[in-house]
Amino acid sequence: MHGKRSRFLTIMLVLGMAFFYVPMVLLVVYSFNYSKIVPVWGGWSLRWYEVLFQSEEVWMAVSLSLKIAFVNATFATMLGTLAGLAMVRFGRFRGRTLFGGMLVAPLVMPEVITGLSLLVFFISMKQLVGWPEQRGFATITIAHITFSLAYVAVTIQARLTGMGEDLEEAAADLGAKPFKVLTAITIPRLTPALISGWLLAFTLSLDDLVIASFVTGPGANTLPILIFSRIRLGLRPDINALATIMILVIATCVAIAAILMFRQQRADLKDQQLAERGES
Amino acid sequence: MTDFSTHPSIPSQPEKKSLLRRIRRKLQDNWRLVIIAIPFAWLLLFFLTPFFIVAKISLAELAIASPPFTKMIEWADSGIVTIRLVFDNFTYILEDDLYRNTYMNSLKISVTSTFFCLLFGYPIAYAIVRSGPVAKPLLLFAIILPFWTSFLLRVYAWMGLLADQGTINNLLMSLGLIDEPIRMLYTEFAVYIGIVYTYMPFMILPLYANMEKLDGRLNEAAADLGSRPMNTFFRVTLPLTTPGVVAGCLLVFIPATGEYVIPDLLGGGNVQMIGRVLYNEFSRNSDWPVAAAVAIVLLFLLVLPIMVFQYFQGKASEGQ
Amino acid sequence: MTETGTVSETPWLDQDGQQPLVQIKGVTKKYGEVTAVDNVDLDIYQGELFCLLGGSGCGKSTLLRMLAGFEDLNGGSITIDGVDMQGVPAYDRPTNMMFQSYALFPHMSVEQNIAFGLQQDKMARSEISNRVHDILTLVELQDFKKRKPQQLSGGQRQRVALARALVKEPRLLLLDEPLAALDKKLRKQTQFELANIQEKVGVTFIVVTHDQEEAMTLSTRMAVMDAGKFKQIGTPTEIYEFPESRFVADFIGSANVFEGRVTEDGADHVRVKTNVAEVFIDHGQSVKVGSKIWVALRPEKIRITKTDEPASGPNQVSGVVDDIGYLGEMSIYKIELPNGQIVDITSPNSSRPMNRQHRITWGNKVNIAWEPSSVMLLTA
Repeated sequence: MHGKRSRFLTIMLVLGMAFFYVPMVLLVVYSFNYSKIVPVWGGWSLRWYEVLFQSEEVWMAVSLSLKIAFVNATFATMLGTLAGLAMVRFGRFRGRTLFGGMLVAPLVMPEVITGLSLLVFFISMKQLVGWPEQRGFATITIAHITFSLAYVAVTIQARLTGMGEDLEEAAADLGAKPFKVLTAITIPRLTPALISGWLLAFTLSLDDLVIASFVTGPGANTLPILIFSRIRLGLRPDINALATIMILVIATCVAIAAILMFRQQRADLKDQQLAERGES
Repeated sequence: MTDFSTHPSIPSQPEKKSLLRRIRRKLQDNWRLVIIAIPFAWLLLFFLTPFFIVAKISLAELAIASPPFTKMIEWADSGIVTIRLVFDNFTYILEDDLYRNTYMNSLKISVTSTFFCLLFGYPIAYAIVRSGPVAKPLLLFAIILPFWTSFLLRVYAWMGLLADQGTINNLLMSLGLIDEPIRMLYTEFAVYIGIVYTYMPFMILPLYANMEKLDGRLNEAAADLGSRPMNTFFRVTLPLTTPGVVAGCLLVFIPATGEYVIPDLLGGGNVQMIGRVLYNEFSRNSDWPVAAAVAIVLLFLLVLPIMVFQYFQGKASEGQ
Repeated sequence: MTETGTVSETPWLDQDGQQPLVQIKGVTKKYGEVTAVDNVDLDIYQGELFCLLGGSGCGKSTLLRMLAGFEDLNGGSITIDGVDMQGVPAYDRPTNMMFQSYALFPHMSVEQNIAFGLQQDKMARSEISNRVHDILTLVELQDFKKRKPQQLSGGQRQRVALARALVKEPRLLLLDEPLAALDKKLRKQTQFELANIQEKVGVTFIVVTHDQEEAMTLSTRMAVMDAGKFKQIGTPTEIYEFPESRFVADFIGSANVFEGRVTEDGADHVRVKTNVAEVFIDHGQSVKVGSKIWVALRPEKIRITKTDEPASGPNQVSGVVDDIGYLGEMSIYKIELPNGQIVDITSPNSSRPMNRQHRITWGNKVNIAWEPSSVMLLTA
């Protein structure tokens, strides 16, 4: 659907975009403020970036968060892909309803409940089998995989449903056994969904505060936990600097993705022109 | 149930086969089962089991022990198994004013925020749908982009705006509109702003998806039959976007009800929401049974909206 | 419904000084660089069933949407009932439209869909229900009024769309490919129904279609459109029997075209020399001797005779059967002429062929001939 946009709609759109982006812009601007009190302007300065880079705590939190995010994204993508395949391509099997329910529940479950139940679980496990001895990297990663895999599974399911079974049937018709069809046709065609699923799981993990707070142990501070503990007590200019760097990193990634997509589009266009020329 | 053993293996020379090869053969025959079993086992272990433990704890009593609750099943010396279910935690929560008010307050805040998300999100989604072919993907992108930035920092950005010495108060004072800063941070108002700000994309995206599928000819048909734009909106567009409205509202309402970070950062100690109470009960008071019961009650509050959401999602995917 | 009174069969001829219902003057529509409708003029009179016929992208739908008020004009004017439609929004125009996709409101029942337009006119409830009842009777859908559009067949939806547009008794009903979504058999049957309903209610119809058979069956007059312009306007017979250009001759039905030069131009005849034969036409036409001209012959107006004797005299040529297509009710013969050109000839299979074989078959030498009155002379 498209058509004319009335003035009212345009005004709402502009206000909406301002609502979304003005706070972000201010966040960035105040990171260059000399003043210790964030919203009081004391002149341009990189002082808080210096403070930030000198903080070992921050560096440790960043490296822990990135490690967790990376391992989480990788495992969640693998598990989520298997789950998506099972749901879309394997027809009926015993326990499918329960499986489907468990795949969707983490998406809608309040974080506090997920966090609470996993913590209780880890403590009970420790009593029963002596593992995990200490909560930290491993427990946070397991918790993240559990909810990230549900998001990946949704992405994979959508892609699997969208691409239909024509090619799989063609491969089977040409003599490929089911497992061969899976590895030679289905998985390669899933690549875009695998990439976006991985990225989604990565960001979800980087972003999570509540679940990580529950299942973490002494000394294991992820970046969100660190940020939260600092801003609970009020505004901190070094957090503005940290936010600016994070926004910058994301903006760079987005720009790279946009350029890659643009290139791909141009390549597609070239292919198309080539095909047309070949036809005539 | 389908039989996954695709073709029965013919045991031609069974004694010559090594164990390893037999396992490999078995795996080849049952690879589908393996694919299902791995994520299934993961979810059973790390999602369903923890949940049952919480349910169990909610039916126990607080005890000075580690972990701090009584056992549900006890073997008495005589060898008789006794099962003790304690519903005290639930009666305590439901009768206590603090908990009741907190639940009500959470619902009030999430319902109100959902309403405002809809009020502002609907025209924004409609405006995007009606934009040109160049602007449309860019605007959509602008809505999705905040998803990739840190949720925590988006909330933090509003702390800077709303603080007593924050940007808004500074601006208003320098314009001479007010003499004293208006107290905005650490009020319920700030919590509303925070929830609307963070969850608005969850409202806009399903609405957009719904509106995009609408046939523009229907609007033309209404106009052709003499209907003015306003009337067309209320009689044609709005009824046809109900699925999007329902999906968007639930996607905002469900997480907003259990929200912990926003009331904590923007509401300070002045705004009680159930997620916050749950966290505090657990970490500060270490009253696990009550915290578990609070969680179970919260889940019951959300079960109905979650089921409504699932129903609509199911219908939508059937429609495709 | 509207009292029809004595409606002329040919309202565009007996005008009696009455002004046309629709006057389109110099209407132009541009989308960026592309001119969709290019400076067209057209008058349509009360009671007509007028068809706009053309291929996709010829501008016919754009013209219709400009009449309905969904598209602005880049030039020219549209007058309906003497009122200039400039600046009149779609919801205030005395026109109603039947959409190609039908655009039925999926959340309303058949009844509610039809009543929607009447409710906009603030009509009394009882009056609305009477009118809805009447129109449902007309389209024979009384038993389906509680159903939702999704629960109806294609043919039923089409009738709901028609009823919804007709119930407002518009001065002008615009139909965008009204039958395109139906399957072939239903389409043929519905063509006649549609024409009957139009006759009954007496509302002026403008129908956009890409299907020449549909246009021929339905219309009192039609316009053939190409690249935003009218190629020819006339009755179906005029357009088929007397096309003015090769485009029209080829677009409506099919035609065998030979290029030639005029050798003789009399008051009651014309002679043309083509590269395959001399052509004699037994009616006068204003052409210049020596000018370049095209001769067109409809496949069904050519006779075919199996013979070894070479053709002699005007209006006949010898050839060889190159191919035969058996269509059941008739056969198509493709005849190769001495100069290599292939001529299409259709011949009704009025009797069953003996021995399950055609009398004329591949490789046969044949003569083809036609009547002097059947020849169409085209100057463009």
